[in-house]
Amino acid sequence: MHIYLPIAEVSVDAFLLLGLGGFVGVLSGMFGVGGGFLMTPLLFFIGIPPAVAVATEANQIVASSFSGALAHLKRRTVDLKMGVVLLAGGLVGAALGVQIFNALKAIGQVELLVRLSYVVFLGTIGGLMFVESLKAIRRSRTGRPAQRYRKSQLVNVLPFKTKFRTSGIYISVIPPVAVGILVGVLAAIMGVGGGFIMVPAMIYVLGMPTKVVVGTSLFQIMFVTGFTTLLHATTNHTVDVVLAVLLLVGGVLGAQVGTRIGARLQAEQLRILLSLIVLAVCGKLALDLLVQPSEIYSLGAGAGH
Amino acid sequence: MLRLALLVCLAASPLDAEEVVADLSQSRISITTDFDGSEILIFGAVRRETPIPADDPLQILITVEGPSEPVTVRRKARRYGIWVNADAVDVDSAPSFYAVATSAPWNEVISDVEDLRHDISTPRAIRSVGATIAGSEDFTEALIRIRTGQDLYQSRTGAIKFEQQTLFSTSVRLPANLHEGDYRARFFLTRKGQVVDMFETAIDVRKIGLERFLFRLSREDPLIYGIMSLAIAIMAGWGASAAFRVFRT
Repeated sequence: MHIYLPIAEVSVDAFLLLGLGGFVGVLSGMFGVGGGFLMTPLLFFIGIPPAVAVATEANQIVASSFSGALAHLKRRTVDLKMGVVLLAGGLVGAALGVQIFNALKAIGQVELLVRLSYVVFLGTIGGLMFVESLKAIRRSRTGRPAQRYRKSQLVNVLPFKTKFRTSGIYISVIPPVAVGILVGVLAAIMGVGGGFIMVPAMIYVLGMPTKVVVGTSLFQIMFVTGFTTLLHATTNHTVDVVLAVLLLVGGVLGAQVGTRIGARLQAEQLRILLSLIVLAVCGKLALDLLVQPSEIYSLGAGAGH
Repeated sequence: MLRLALLVCLAASPLDAEEVVADLSQSRISITTDFDGSEILIFGAVRRETPIPADDPLQILITVEGPSEPVTVRRKARRYGIWVNADAVDVDSAPSFYAVATSAPWNEVISDVEDLRHDISTPRAIRSVGATIAGSEDFTEALIRIRTGQDLYQSRTGAIKFEQQTLFSTSVRLPANLHEGDYRARFFLTRKGQVVDMFETAIDVRKIGLERFLFRLSREDPLIYGIMSLAIAIMAGWGASAAFRVFRT
């Protein structure tokens, strides 16, 4: 059944959108990532204009993280204080990101920016996560206890230290704010929640325990993507609510299934699986940049717009 | 008075006496949520007071075009090993949709001069002045190629059925990725490559219902639209997870 999307101005199969939403939703629930890093490129592939894909993804992630965040709040696996600190940075970053997005859109380089950001971030994070997870699995096989990740020296010497009781850590607020800003910029530019960068940053940089990481990141993502949606809606008019609703109906149901699957798997297994998916998406996008495209010309809205 | 009337009659040569009368199966296209393209049937006849002239046969051209807007065409080039947008040409005005159909091969239907005067063929319908880059025709060619691939530009020579130089009919398929606006259909009657008569009619392509409401709200009250989008998303998210819980217990 084809459906005409009012803002994207294209006609797409509604079941394809529901299916995409469901598939990405399962991953979203399992890993505590918004799933946008997978959904946004998939939307490009089915012919949604990139600007609409990025803005609409932000709207969809609000909903998919909402149900996930609720589930984690009930299980008390959210560090609210840390969430608010990350959120403060996220709002600043999102505002900055939309500015960058609009400036590059005007000179026709926004797609390059989006693709390059994906390749760089997904490649780095995916590679690091993969190596770490392999080491962890090897450790558990040889029977040695897993070491607690050491915080970097920088985190210890920075001022404005405060206690995050739920996480059981005592660190400066500067690193979480910086992580929040970075995630906010990425949310606005790439149409992602930023979980794929925030989750590893929380574990390796902030030294938070794994059990509160997913809930806290969902909490922050929900608000930052909400703010990003409003910014894109008011400056670009690119949020397609019909597209978002179709994606999220599939996505929310998928997320519920995914959360339950995730609870049964071990943290190392989860991380190695996520890293493989991240690397696959990165590889596909890198290939698109390196291989000569079949059509080297592209159309954009004219200068008169 | 009588002499004047006679003069008018004489001045109007048999060529000018042929007039095109045409209509469309629909002059209003409504883009609804389940819009999946539309087909317009175009038909008409040639009205004449005198017998059909015995010389070259009459031909007909029909164009259906969407509102024109400026377009930037960009070309990728390999820089530092990756493919990036390098050069760009601003096309001042290109129709968002353009279909042209003829009753015979192009060179039998119309001369270049007449084409230039009435902007009938697809490259003529695109205006690109002041392009500063060498080889800018590559860019307009690319524009036509890309839009032809999306079914937005259609060039169909010989697609008009023209019977006994009087009755004609054809159809134009409007694709699903149509943009709204004031469209128009133009009819050109030609003989020996010269335009004998022309006729123009409007087609109204509009989003209606929910499509219209959402599109207008997103442009006129973007903040309200944004808040509404968030509210719908959160309600649907909460609702679906609540439904899932009820379903499980």
